[in-house]
Amino acid sequence: MTMLASKRLWLAVLAWGITLVMFFPIFWMFLTGFKTEAAAVATPSLFFSPTLESYMAVLERTDYLKFAINSVIMAFGSTALALLIAVPCAYSMAFLPTPRTKGTLLWMLSTKMLPPVGVLMPIYLIFRDTGLLDSQLGLVIVYTLMNLPIVVWMLYTFFKDLPKDILEAGRMDGAGTSQEIIYLLLPLTLPGIASTGLLAIILSWNEAFWSLNLTSYDAAPLTAFIASFSSPEGLFWAKLSAASTMAIAPILVFGWLSQKQLVRGLTFGAVK
Amino acid sequence: MRTRASGRTVGGLRTLSLQAPAVTLLLLWMLIPLGMTLWFSFQRYNMLMPGMSGFAGFENYRYLLTDPALWSSMGTTLVLVGSVLAITVIGGILLAVLFQQEFLGRGIARILIISPFFVMPTVSALIWQNMIMHPVNGVLAWLFGVFGLPSVEWFSELPLVSIIIIVSWEWLPFALLILLTALQSLDEDQVEAARMDGAGPLAIFFFITLPHLKRAISVVIMIEMIFLLSIFAEIFVTTSGGPGLATTNLAYFIYIRALFEFDVGGASAGGVIAIILANIVAIFLIRTVAKNLEN
Repeated sequence: MTMLASKRLWLAVLAWGITLVMFFPIFWMFLTGFKTEAAAVATPSLFFSPTLESYMAVLERTDYLKFAINSVIMAFGSTALALLIAVPCAYSMAFLPTPRTKGTLLWMLSTKMLPPVGVLMPIYLIFRDTGLLDSQLGLVIVYTLMNLPIVVWMLYTFFKDLPKDILEAGRMDGAGTSQEIIYLLLPLTLPGIASTGLLAIILSWNEAFWSLNLTSYDAAPLTAFIASFSSPEGLFWAKLSAASTMAIAPILVFGWLSQKQLVRGLTFGAVK
Repeated sequence: MRTRASGRTVGGLRTLSLQAPAVTLLLLWMLIPLGMTLWFSFQRYNMLMPGMSGFAGFENYRYLLTDPALWSSMGTTLVLVGSVLAITVIGGILLAVLFQQEFLGRGIARILIISPFFVMPTVSALIWQNMIMHPVNGVLAWLFGVFGLPSVEWFSELPLVSIIIIVSWEWLPFALLILLTALQSLDEDQVEAARMDGAGPLAIFFFITLPHLKRAISVVIMIEMIFLLSIFAEIFVTTSGGPGLATTNLAYFIYIRALFEFDVGGASAGGVIAIILANIVAIFLIRTVAKNLEN
């Protein structure tokens, strides 16, 4: 009995030890955001008098809000668009499967395998020539297409879990396709659709290849804004920490909320 | 008979109209850039030299393949992907087994430990580079000092190691999350039966747990590979590929060609090479997923 208890204790100590090491950089960033710049570079200490001056500096002396709004528009805009395009597609794949469905699904997955850097040049030139460089619309388009295969896949796995007879019953009552989707499918699979949306938001919010290469200032989202701290002048750790904390906080919460369902989307349904 | 046939046509039409927007958009998103990359890769096209143009044949490829920087960037890519995979997969398996056990506050610990995966790459890289790995004021320098060890100039002495540490920190939670989910479907009765038969924890791990995780592990490896082959932001904000070429991977090499040297032809030829490499991995991933789709 005591041996079991002490084994339990060691297990908890080990697991918590590793957890705290892994979480430490985030914790430290959070703390540093509340320090003065001088305290941020001083000998590491947990004890200091907290101040909001770095937050104020970031909010007042940079266009933080503008970049945050860009991030919100891009993440939510692209997710809404992707869902709108993907729901009918996933619906027909799950409920009206044809011999070609499987092939289509796998082909969609394969478009996700294209390394972005492989098509950097054409996308950059197309954007330059159509005036989409450094525009919100441009990144919304890229993020929608980038996430579309994952969104279709994830919705497909959720729709497939739904018992077929429920929709059959609706069809018997004379519901058309769009009514069937809006009044039966969407309410029944809302949690699945929500976690699909959350994953798409997380992926767009954190995307940092296209945002760094296709925006400069006007349409720069938070990933690009934070990158501007890589060549700063003077002391900047506290401001970097404050800006970073604000940039990652909402997404951390989204991630925590949807962690269990994310696995489906991230593995294309291969692990549930 | 007639109704069945017409029903099929109506169904086919419905399928077509419902899938058309997604399929068309993805087709355009794939074919146009891919076609352009291929086309450019055979052209003489540098935005800094407007007069120079025309068909180049395999010149871009010949020039690229004889460039030592390309081979160095391929090597860097290989080391980066290989190291991060080894760390995250082995670490992920061990952590998943650990987190499968009951312990106090497991729910909270689980939330904290997967958090790095949700941090945007530019934040991860800059927090690590400055506040953790700074040779004078960083937490690691302080910790090394406490133990009387000399401080390390992480990004100039061990640049690639530093990048590997940061990227592993981001992807270890991903491996843990997937493998932990896969572990939850492990048959507890089977483990119990093995224990009754006198199997030790190591035997259970190697003969029951690991085989059970086989598919999940292969999925983790393949998905990570796809993403790790294109690691960019972490390098962009910390080392800019340096010192020298020490942290220039294939993605960064192509980026320099494209948006610094404006060598459209050369960058596109590099892009084609990156696409071929990614596709080798992709074929295996798609096969695994396809097998799963049949069940």
